[in-house]
Amino acid sequence: MPEHLFTSGHTACSGCGQSLAARLVIDTAGPNTIVVNNTGCLEVFSTKYPESAWQVPWVHSLFENAAAVASGVEAALKYLGTKDTINIIAQAGDGGTADIGLQALSGMLERGHDILYVCYDNEAYMNTGVQRSGLTPFDANTTTSPIGNNSKGNPRPKKPLPEIALAHGIPYVATASVGFPQDIQRKVKKALSIKGPKYMQIHVPCPLGWRHEPQLTYAIAKLAVETGLYPLVEFENGVKSARQIKPKPVEEYLKTQARFKHLINNPEELKRVQAVADSNIERYNLKLQ
Amino acid sequence: MFGPLICKPGSSKNNKTGSWRVEVKPKFLQKNCIACKMCLVICPEACITGNEKNTYICDYQYCKGCGNCAAICPKQDIVMIKEDSKE
Ligand SMILES: Cc1ncc(C[n+]2csc(CCOP(=O)(O)OP(=O)(O)O)c2C)c(N)n1
Ligand code: SF4
Ligand code: SF4
Ligand SMILES: [Mg+2]
Repeated sequence: MPEHLFTSGHTACSGCGQSLAARLVIDTAGPNTIVVNNTGCLEVFSTKYPESAWQVPWVHSLFENAAAVASGVEAALKYLGTKDTINIIAQAGDGGTADIGLQALSGMLERGHDILYVCYDNEAYMNTGVQRSGLTPFDANTTTSPIGNNSKGNPRPKKPLPEIALAHGIPYVATASVGFPQDIQRKVKKALSIKGPKYMQIHVPCPLGWRHEPQLTYAIAKLAVETGLYPLVEFENGVKSARQIKPKPVEEYLKTQARFKHLINNPEELKRVQAVADSNIERYNLKLQ
Repeated sequence: MFGPLICKPGSSKNNKTGSWRVEVKPKFLQKNCIACKMCLVICPEACITGNEKNTYICDYQYCKGCGNCAAICPKQDIVMIKEDSKE
């Protein structure tokens, strides 16, 4: 069997969705790939010095600038005349992408670099202890959006990052999920066949931060899609397509994770989360006809 | 320390994470396997190998016992068993 380009022995938590998504991405991209990685769990658990789980050239940037460093790598390969034979992937967590790395990402998209940017969305700053980010979902209990008498968790909806990327006029934007692993492979393949900047955002359950059983990683990711809380959408040259679903009630997803435990016997609040899913379903036309 | 720190590709394999397993480990029954590869695709530890039907197996030196291979198998041909069982 072919060797994986992301190997065993990394130190991610048992059942970490990000570790399996990162392997799917690099195995699909293949050995002719250079990876630039922001700081975050993925960087920490895959490169515990002096060990590395990567079998491709891999560069650690700062927390905020994988997109900028990858832009430099791309410019250098162009100068050497080898860009057309080498893939460049810039990758980061949701905090590193939606918050502190947004400026570098926007610059990369706007300048038109031929790079695939992958955001592993575990919906909080996990590596530093579960602080909320711009991609933390509505009502999630995190250490900086704790529940209390006057709080039901994170008061804000997820930042519409795929649309923000799309607004740069780039040729490919997609969301994906470890609940649909072959769909990740298909989207990475498609993205890398397109010249120019590409943005992919992959939903990756985090057993530690979401407080779920490790064996549920796959099932939980699938439920997020099936409830409409994490729509799988694709924009190719601005043209949208989406995975159709028979929507399940959001409670089926929420009850699998302790970060949403406070919502379960609260019909009022459940309605508000259901409204988030319903608006996604309508907005992206997700309902299977 | 200044300058680039360079490591050997794939050297994480020195780190035998199988010792992390505490309660359960997967058992690959190799009876009803249809070689759909889903266990190999989903394993976060990249430690499952196999090709033909009923040949899939994991490397217990690295398996953390997360249970996602058993969860995804459409044939229920992988089951989680107690770590200390002799099977
Ligand atoms: C400039 C800077 N600020 C803060 C940190 C500390 N830090 C390291 S990883 C991290 C969180 C990363 O969160 P995210 O990007 O969502 O990735 P995850 O760990 O969740 O995969 C933070 C805050 C840092 N390394 N650099
Ligand atoms: S904290 Fe979450 S993202 Fe980080 S290694 Fe553990 S499971 Fe993966
Ligand atoms: S239990 Fe988890 S780590 Fe072990 S082989 Fe199955 S999927 Fe891989
Ligand atoms: Mg994160």
